[in-house]
Amino acid sequence: MSQADGNAPATSVPPRDGDPEITAEVVADHGLSESEYEKVLAIMGRTPTFTELGVFSAMWSEHCGYKNSKRLLSTLPTKAPWVIQGPGENAGVIDVGDGYALAFKIESHNHPSAVEPYQGAATGVGGILRDIFTMGARPVAVLDSLRFGDLDSGRVRYLFSGVVSGVGDYGNCIGVPNIGGEVAFDRGYEGNPIVNAMCLGLMKHDELITASASGTGSPIMAVGARTGRDGIHGATFASEELSEDSDESSRPQVQVGDPFTEKLLLEASLELISSGAISGIQDMGAAGITSSASEMAGRGGSGIEMEMTDVPIREVGMTPYEILLSESQERMLVVAHVGQEAEVHRILEKWELEAAVIGRVTDDGMFRVMENGKVVADIPALPLTDGCPTYEREGVESAEIKALREMDLSEHLIPGGDLSKSFLLLIGSPNVASKQWIYHQYDTTVRTATAVRPGGDSGVIRIRGTNRAVAATTDCNGRFVYLEPRTGAMAAVAEAARNLVCVGATPTAITNNLNFGNPLKAHIYYQLREAVQGMSEACSAFETPVTGGNVSLFNETDGQAIYPTPVIGMVGVIDDVSKIMRQPFQKAGDDIVLLGVNTGEIGGSEYLYVTADLVAGVPPSVDLDGERMLQRAVLKMIDQEVLNSAHDCSEGGLASALAECALGNGEEPFGLEASLDEDLRPVVSLFGESHGRIIASCDPAKTDEVLRIAGIHAVPAKRLGTVCEAESGFSLNVRDGVVSCSMTDIARAYFDAIPNIMNTSSDSGA
Amino acid sequence: MKVAVVTFPGSNCDYDLYKAVQQVGGDPTFVWHRERGLSEYDAVLLPGGFSYGDYLRAGAIARMSPIMEDVVPFANAGGPVLGICNGFQILCEAGLLPGALVRNDILRFASHDVILRVERTDTLFASDYTAGQTLRIPIAHGEGNYEADRATLEVLETQGRIIFRYVDAQGEPSDDANPNGSWHNIAGITNEGGNVLGMMPHPERAMEELLGSTDGIGLFTSMMSGLPAAT
Repeated sequence: MSQADGNAPATSVPPRDGDPEITAEVVADHGLSESEYEKVLAIMGRTPTFTELGVFSAMWSEHCGYKNSKRLLSTLPTKAPWVIQGPGENAGVIDVGDGYALAFKIESHNHPSAVEPYQGAATGVGGILRDIFTMGARPVAVLDSLRFGDLDSGRVRYLFSGVVSGVGDYGNCIGVPNIGGEVAFDRGYEGNPIVNAMCLGLMKHDELITASASGTGSPIMAVGARTGRDGIHGATFASEELSEDSDESSRPQVQVGDPFTEKLLLEASLELISSGAISGIQDMGAAGITSSASEMAGRGGSGIEMEMTDVPIREVGMTPYEILLSESQERMLVVAHVGQEAEVHRILEKWELEAAVIGRVTDDGMFRVMENGKVVADIPALPLTDGCPTYEREGVESAEIKALREMDLSEHLIPGGDLSKSFLLLIGSPNVASKQWIYHQYDTTVRTATAVRPGGDSGVIRIRGTNRAVAATTDCNGRFVYLEPRTGAMAAVAEAARNLVCVGATPTAITNNLNFGNPLKAHIYYQLREAVQGMSEACSAFETPVTGGNVSLFNETDGQAIYPTPVIGMVGVIDDVSKIMRQPFQKAGDDIVLLGVNTGEIGGSEYLYVTADLVAGVPPSVDLDGERMLQRAVLKMIDQEVLNSAHDCSEGGLASALAECALGNGEEPFGLEASLDEDLRPVVSLFGESHGRIIASCDPAKTDEVLRIAGIHAVPAKRLGTVCEAESGFSLNVRDGVVSCSMTDIARAYFDAIPNIMNTSSDSGA
Repeated sequence: MKVAVVTFPGSNCDYDLYKAVQQVGGDPTFVWHRERGLSEYDAVLLPGGFSYGDYLRAGAIARMSPIMEDVVPFANAGGPVLGICNGFQILCEAGLLPGALVRNDILRFASHDVILRVERTDTLFASDYTAGQTLRIPIAHGEGNYEADRATLEVLETQGRIIFRYVDAQGEPSDDANPNGSWHNIAGITNEGGNVLGMMPHPERAMEELLGSTDGIGLFTSMMSGLPAAT
């Protein structure tokens, strides 16, 4: 606790002309509960002004204050020798070797995207980019993790195409390559799409800067775009459920992005940081000036005093309340060193941007706001940021979901149907099918560093001037988490790690995005608690600490919650770029080897969703020790250069994963001849989604060595068959069944699925 | 050889172009769009990106930048000028190349590798290629659909000013191989003097095996060998 605690707010601040009176209704409209409001009264020692109430409302929203998740999040592992900056800053930072550090973070823009998909998604990318470059790192890659309802709905197609354009246009314009991500379609996301964006930035260790305000008298400057009325109370909006009315009435709370200004801001910010003229910089993101200023004061143990009439605004007649809570995009709050204002102005002018001194750092620990010299808000900074009430709630599993998990699935597993037909149906399902339609709208090669583009298991960015690269992936199967939250969250971490290992990267750390429903409901809080627990166990087992992330709760429409979706954004390091491994088969005649074993669960699988319209059953179990040994074994094989390809098994099971290896990007497909003698029903063998499995290919002369390395690590491994020319087709035998198709049919089903859906109809938001 | 890489507000391939020039032994310098004077340079490159956010029209605002008052006479005096992607759009807007680049016919941004056929090699920008050679080069643009009136297209064809065309795996300029609807599958053209080249694909992104292709190197080495050596 700082010395500032002793300071008290001004005992009397006269109400501003025109501001509403503070009534119980006004307090409730600001999303504060009675007990929370009592806490405000205790901190203030008097009734807050309307402006002060707005500030508390934003800072104590779930989005800024994490009030329903903070206690759970505190149980996550956050430390490792390579972690330079853990949770609490704009982004996490890890050491990646050769003097380089990697800043990375994931963030959600679910609510805005549900209302205005293009701008909602675009500003989501804009926000996460700013979180990275305010650490002093240059953004080098973006990933996007998206979820929508089923594509047979016109509105879903409208949301999907709008979000993809928004993600693409923003990143394309800035010139940051998109290197991967994921997308899922399931009716569980019908009303509430999930739009999470992750960004990676590279810097030298000594370029790191943090967002804290220190040095009494230091000028505080608003930099970049002007402040308007857009996005006022966005943070509070993001912390409520959506309803049918949200579309129209919430539009004003969605911000509008200007990537061109952001590009200038990026260059100007990096130049400001390297100039040494500033001591702190923070994005004015959620809750705008309010959160950036109070958080910087809170971290610096200092106070802040700002004059609202000095803030450059783009609309006349804005009140202090509106200026403080605006979420206009492409703005930064900068703390300059005393006397360096002119240098800040010089740099900003070069980039054709504005900067204005709007206040100064004080030593009294107060967050004080003036209008024409008159105090309109006077709040102790530390209680505002750290005093947000936190809750541990009751969590109880939903009986309905439990029943789904325990459902008897045997009637859906009877062979009898044509397995080849089921297979084509499955790989033509948008969840399994090629996502080229999406990432062909994203610039993936700008900055000339993308060694593995989207479509692989992980994206890879080489670090110029070194022999190293960083890899990144985002993963989560919401169905698994829905059916069994703890296992599902573990599975998300395990899959992310496998995806990294498949390109040859050692998993290093994660950022997470917890997308859940309303935590005030016991069954949702149960999902949140269990998922965090599962994530914690898996992160500990893999030594991939959590360095930050984002919480998005209240993802419900008309009372219907999304699947609990704790998205894992994991990063890894590759020491030698010449050993980067890829997913497609490389050569006819190579052996195909399966590492790991099918544990026989088919619950929550894409097969059940596609063929029986079911999300039910026990999701595949996760063996953390087994996963860890599998990771080690595969990394060893890649290091010893005995593999020609590697690919994780996930949605659509073994058969789909094999097809993906054979197809590659479609330009030079292979065929295959393989068989697998497992004591399982054919559909479970072919389409079950057991974790802990990787398909590798290798020169037949290396197969013994591959099996030997697997053996040393106690990883089950067996040769499945041979890579053939495409003309030979795809032939996969299992006990009591076979999938036999031409590669042309497979390619058509796989590559044409999403384009056929998206190119045939025009859709609107109506 | 001294090469100016002009940076406009919103350029984002300037760094990639700088590195490509360096890789083939050139001596690149970033020139900010508000600077003036290009007389000390042997060649001028206009990089890709979104100058001025592509607001109004791609390249429409950048072509009014102060530096363009020097680029135009530099080009008219026979100085080599290469515009890639947004640079191509700016060259068309500035009237240094004929025609215009309009929205892709698929109405979406298009980002993937394409195959280009080298249509002629007796030019400053393609002398290190062989005629008919096919190149794998990435594209990344929303407005790369090359359009011109019939007479202009006729002139471009008869004067042999189409240097690169989009082709399929068999080397044919088919509709399927055309990523954006460009007339005559045009990917890159020169001015009448042959000293100004505009192209939508990004050869500067095809300089290393690690990143997927080395087919762009030839363009930069061609330029280098056609220009005065470093002093």
